[in-house]
Amino acid sequence: MVNDQIVNEIMRTFKIGGVHPQDNKQFSAHRPITECPLPKQAIIPLVQHIGAPAQAVVKEGDKVKVGELLAKAGGFVSANICSPISGTVTKIGDWTDAWGAPGQAIFIDVQGDEWLPEIDRTPDLIRSCTLDPKAIIDKIAAAGIVGLGGACFPTHVKLLSPPGKKAEVLIVNGVECEPYLTCDHQLMLEHGDEIVIGIEILKRALGVDRAIIGIENNKKDAIEHMTKLVQTKLGIEVLPLKLKYPQGGEKQLIDACIGRQVPSGALPIEVGAVVDNVATIYAVYEAVQKNKPLISRVMTVTGKKVTKPGNYSVRFGTPIDEVIALAGGVPVDTGKIIGGGPMMGRAMDHTEGMPANKRLSGLLFLPEAESIRPEEENCIRCSKCVQACPMGLEPYLLQRLNELEMYDEMEKHAVMDCIDCGCCVFACPAHRRLLDGIRPGKAKVGAILRERAAAKAAEKK
Amino acid sequence: MKNFIVAPAPHAHSGDSVRRNMLLVILALLPAYVVSVLEFGYGALITAAISVCACVCTEWLISRFLLKEHKQTIGDLSAVLTGLLLAFNLPSNIDWWIILIGAVVAIGIGKMSFGGLGQNPFNPALVGRVFLLISFPAQMTTWPQPAHVDAWTGATPLYYLKYIVKEHANTTAANDVAQSIDSLPDLMQSLLGAMGGSLGEVCALALIIGGIFLICTRVITWHIPVSIIATVALFAACTGWFGGLPEGMDTCHYVGYELLTGGLMLGAFFMATDYVTSPMTAKGKILFGIGIGFIMMVIRTWGNYPEGMSFAILIMNAVVPLLNKFRPTRFGEIKK
Repeated sequence: MVNDQIVNEIMRTFKIGGVHPQDNKQFSAHRPITECPLPKQAIIPLVQHIGAPAQAVVKEGDKVKVGELLAKAGGFVSANICSPISGTVTKIGDWTDAWGAPGQAIFIDVQGDEWLPEIDRTPDLIRSCTLDPKAIIDKIAAAGIVGLGGACFPTHVKLLSPPGKKAEVLIVNGVECEPYLTCDHQLMLEHGDEIVIGIEILKRALGVDRAIIGIENNKKDAIEHMTKLVQTKLGIEVLPLKLKYPQGGEKQLIDACIGRQVPSGALPIEVGAVVDNVATIYAVYEAVQKNKPLISRVMTVTGKKVTKPGNYSVRFGTPIDEVIALAGGVPVDTGKIIGGGPMMGRAMDHTEGMPANKRLSGLLFLPEAESIRPEEENCIRCSKCVQACPMGLEPYLLQRLNELEMYDEMEKHAVMDCIDCGCCVFACPAHRRLLDGIRPGKAKVGAILRERAAAKAAEKK
Repeated sequence: MKNFIVAPAPHAHSGDSVRRNMLLVILALLPAYVVSVLEFGYGALITAAISVCACVCTEWLISRFLLKEHKQTIGDLSAVLTGLLLAFNLPSNIDWWIILIGAVVAIGIGKMSFGGLGQNPFNPALVGRVFLLISFPAQMTTWPQPAHVDAWTGATPLYYLKYIVKEHANTTAANDVAQSIDSLPDLMQSLLGAMGGSLGEVCALALIIGGIFLICTRVITWHIPVSIIATVALFAACTGWFGGLPEGMDTCHYVGYELLTGGLMLGAFFMATDYVTSPMTAKGKILFGIGIGFIMMVIRTWGNYPEGMSFAILIMNAVVPLLNKFRPTRFGEIKK
């Protein structure tokens, strides 16, 4: 035990800030991935990624098979959406998600489970990949793969290095630093082989000869398992990381793994790194080797009072109520249902009509007692938020500046670097809702910056 | 359709609270307090009791009847802590009504007049203490001697160093000086608190233990105490190198005295680290500590008072808004 602590102390981690929330992974950890039954009706939102909404290519009345393209990417930063089920398109129209954001969705009545013939549904491993980088990236784009770690950035866009920049290392995110969530952990344990092949495919696509799999030290079996699998592979290493939130943040993970810090406002490629989550890499394997587009994901359904917490493989479009039923229903004293983990996940107003989708990594049920935020007290200037901030910002100051509407000052104090991780609020002994002020301030500064850039561009013309 | 609670992330909290931090500081003060009670007896008990009660009552009365707040804040224990710290800075035999005045000034002027916890620029306990020091100089500098100390009686070691030793050096024969130096407590006595002084400041060891406890429980960071202590040690050592020592004393002893006697440890670990009145960033905290150490040594060496910790902290409190301009190292600024 003491030994463990010493080992943990000498492990690598990111340099600035960070907090140590209770990981609470025991509820759903090591529960085998369970297939969720097909729904009767599927709702496929057209926004399941960062960037432009996808554009529907099917129309009402069309029969679709599993894997068929439903909507194509609506811009450079956007992603395809392939059908996760087979059936008849009944409606394409307005739809509002559980957070009240309006958008469009495709509604499909499910009939049978008929797949496109080119999809390989056997569990056989296909190890060799001889495709050239362009072909790999095209396949990934066609499959509609986005980052499944949370941000949902289209993966094929990440793989295209901007001109003049060259990737040197692929960093594989097996950190899963959000408390409660265990889907990536279980995926590594059950599909480690596929992930390793996926890593080799991505290395090929990027033209890099080094990959580092970062895994936090609270998943010792995954570290052991992955280490064994990469033993014979050249240029892939497993790096156990000291437990600290938000290690799974892209910039923090790069810092932890290779000791380089991505400059403010820059992309990881600036320091020669590309980061992909293990679930994303598993999807890459399936797309490239098995022709299977991204049509499902593993979701963790968990909470202290959930009767059957676990990791469920869910086809997109499946109403989350069905997944919840599988996990034993909503516990009686539930106050909050969170899409994702407790640090960055979003609390849902209701669950009806909300489907599983690329963005939803888990469902967390918090008991009422843990759902109500304690009353705010005066800031006592203890500087715990400054110490906690992994970006080296001053949350207390940013929040105050937002109250005063001093956006120029906020910009100077690097509000745009804020990654929304919640460390400051987590650490605040006065229960101040710092992010409630920083988020809108950041949005405002972002808008000002865009305006300024547009004005500059117009001037040049 | 059941509606659930909606609130922005994060949905988890560390469990830390203002009250918890105050409670831990109070706990950290206990070892020093126990030593004080052993050394000064009932005086220590009564002084602290009056001070704490007066501080809490003042805060409640002002908040309830003057500010007409709906929610009372005495539950956060910050007034209890202010009262305890004020008591730590008083001689244990001081009259009860002086304590009362000190408490009213500390809470009323030092804290509530600015809007309560979190708003005050100056450490409330020190505001109270310095007010008393200026208003009642005689009572505030008449120190009772610890019960079991018979080898040495008189004023505080710092007072002794400053006036008696120097005076002897100027006026009388060398062996008188040696005698007066001999009658100072040795360093071990200073560490354990066998000397005169304010109620809570005498036992450096107990204060250091409390301070380390606070750093380990992450209530405070090391920056302020370490930079204060390092600055004082360096200043004292320099005094030795440049030949400014009282006659008959070597540099080691001098540094030891400066560190272990007077209000240094109490100030460095408990007063200067007051959340509200100290800087927000590591860089600011280090500069803050250096400033306190330096000003205090200037006062001790050349000033009119034998001790200058309270003044040094209050002066640096005023500089805090400027020190907050030293922002933290942003992500991306650390070179490989």
